[in-house]
Amino acid sequence: MAGGTYEKYKSDGSIGGNVLEWVDARFPATSMWKGHLSEYYAPKNFNFWYFFGSLALLVLVIQIVTGIFLVMHYKPDAALNANGVPVAFASVEYIMRDVPGGWLIRYMHSTGASAFFIVVYLHMFRGLLYGSYRKPRELTWLFGVGIFLVLMGEAFFGYLLPWGQMSFWGAQVIVNLFGAIPVIGNDLSILIRGDFVVGDATLNRFFSFHVIAFPLVLLGLVAAHVLALHETGSNNPDGVEIKALKDANGIPLDGIPFHPYYTVKDIVGVVVFLMAFSAVMFFAPEGGGYFLETPNFYPADPLKTPPHIAPVWYFTPYYSILRAMVWNFFGLDAKFWGVVAMGASVVIFAGLPWLDRSPVKSIRYRGPIYKTMLSIFVICFVILGYLGTLSPSPMGQIVSQVCTVFYFGFFLGMPWWSRMDKFKPVPDRVTFK
Amino acid sequence: MSNQGKMDCGRRRLIVATAAVGGAGAVAALVPFVSSLLPSERAKAAGAPVEVDISKLEPGQMMTVEWRGKPVWIINRTKDMLETLPKLADAVADPKSDREQQPAYAKNDTRSIKPEIMVVVGICTHLGCSPSQKFKKGAEEGMGADWLGGFLCPCHGSTFDFAGRVYKAKPAPTNLEVPPHVYLADTRIMIGEDKKGA
Repeated sequence: MAGGTYEKYKSDGSIGGNVLEWVDARFPATSMWKGHLSEYYAPKNFNFWYFFGSLALLVLVIQIVTGIFLVMHYKPDAALNANGVPVAFASVEYIMRDVPGGWLIRYMHSTGASAFFIVVYLHMFRGLLYGSYRKPRELTWLFGVGIFLVLMGEAFFGYLLPWGQMSFWGAQVIVNLFGAIPVIGNDLSILIRGDFVVGDATLNRFFSFHVIAFPLVLLGLVAAHVLALHETGSNNPDGVEIKALKDANGIPLDGIPFHPYYTVKDIVGVVVFLMAFSAVMFFAPEGGGYFLETPNFYPADPLKTPPHIAPVWYFTPYYSILRAMVWNFFGLDAKFWGVVAMGASVVIFAGLPWLDRSPVKSIRYRGPIYKTMLSIFVICFVILGYLGTLSPSPMGQIVSQVCTVFYFGFFLGMPWWSRMDKFKPVPDRVTFK
Repeated sequence: MSNQGKMDCGRRRLIVATAAVGGAGAVAALVPFVSSLLPSERAKAAGAPVEVDISKLEPGQMMTVEWRGKPVWIINRTKDMLETLPKLADAVADPKSDREQQPAYAKNDTRSIKPEIMVVVGICTHLGCSPSQKFKKGAEEGMGADWLGGFLCPCHGSTFDFAGRVYKAKPAPTNLEVPPHVYLADTRIMIGEDKKGA
């Protein structure tokens, strides 16, 4: 695709044309433009689910731009100011009350965090629907899982920065999770905190990770994700390879150039998305207590845990899995197994390309078994997410244990049940109205 | 390749040696970065002991002081509270305080130096939340009807009695930690220091 196979730009004699010719002789401008946009052929049957990739990119841009401006006013300092309020907490209040437009930038960033996860979860669900992770797109999927992991770290570090009660106690719990690892656990959690308790050292390094290290890695992974996708070409709702059938010019029969067709289509998605985003940002920026949790409007108090603490909504499914593990195995505490189960529940997505053994990719040609299993998985994911927002209870514990079993059953049983299904014949060409 | 596939072994060895030395240098360069993540000298020095005056602590009351950035509770236990402890011997995970979560002088039935005064770090041994007071017996504060009073961790539901002993089958693996402490006078406690000389 990109690089070498495209002819260099030749000027038509105009000044602009001359400049472009000069640049193109020294930089792969036209080959990148053509390879990734104007001559990147995407299947013509993309549907609603294909909006979320470009929307994720949009939210990434929103987060970076708003983040740059927030850093101009935010101070990562846990010391108390003259009024007895931690400087970090006070600087966020200052952004909200005194910086012109600061409240809006901050709400864009906080709403953007939740929007990022909504968009990414829907993007991943699209992959499950149409088998986008299947050969030859395994590496695209793995880069995507990497993006998801880095995004979780990014969100976790960012949530500490306002230095509210939920910031502090959330970080306390998550960092202590690492303490559950045998032998090295205790030293590891001290290494992460930089102190024996969550404090100023922790706040400063989380700030550094949040604004420098993780965004850099995230951008690199996003580039790799897109490059890997453009190497293999996009999957589509029918799960057929459009490159299998090409016209005389070597262009896939069912392919259309990404630009202008999908750039224009994505603008529609962007407009609808921004309407929903703005509605939340202006009318419900706290997202009903799910996007910004009430205890975080109190400054961090290391002596008092709020009566109810829960992670932000996008972490709650994994948090429920953590809490569901209450048994000691092999002489190791349940706490350790909780951490293992939680880690596994995220990383296991990476195994999908090899766990799925069905002869077809798309749900359109799969049978009732896949549809049932996927439905159960989604229902369990939502139930786990809901239970994770609640205080622990005996009933909730049993339900989350059952859901945890189904969650892992979906993945670990897949090599067997994905083969047993009744499949429909897959057409040669994409179906298109 | 250029020499019809003949390899210059001397040159190959030099390349391998250069790569190995360079790699070792890169690993060595990690040391200052990783060590900078460890607690600083200032953080290590911050663990000074704290002196507390408990003369105004009435029976049944609890006060919280900060020691090494953690809450330390001092509870003046009533007779009624102390009487619950022997009854719970079968309900708690480590009734005799066999796991080392206290100095030797607090390894007793009340996990304290003076029977009524409990000094304990108010950090759940599960994931580090600070448990809340549930001092009233029975279901009044949302606990079970057979609740004898103690503490509930709001994060993952571990429960502790008035001696900071964890109930069985709860996420917290051990009893709450009793910090080193010493009575300077009848109503003055130094937290973070053991008896010296004596």
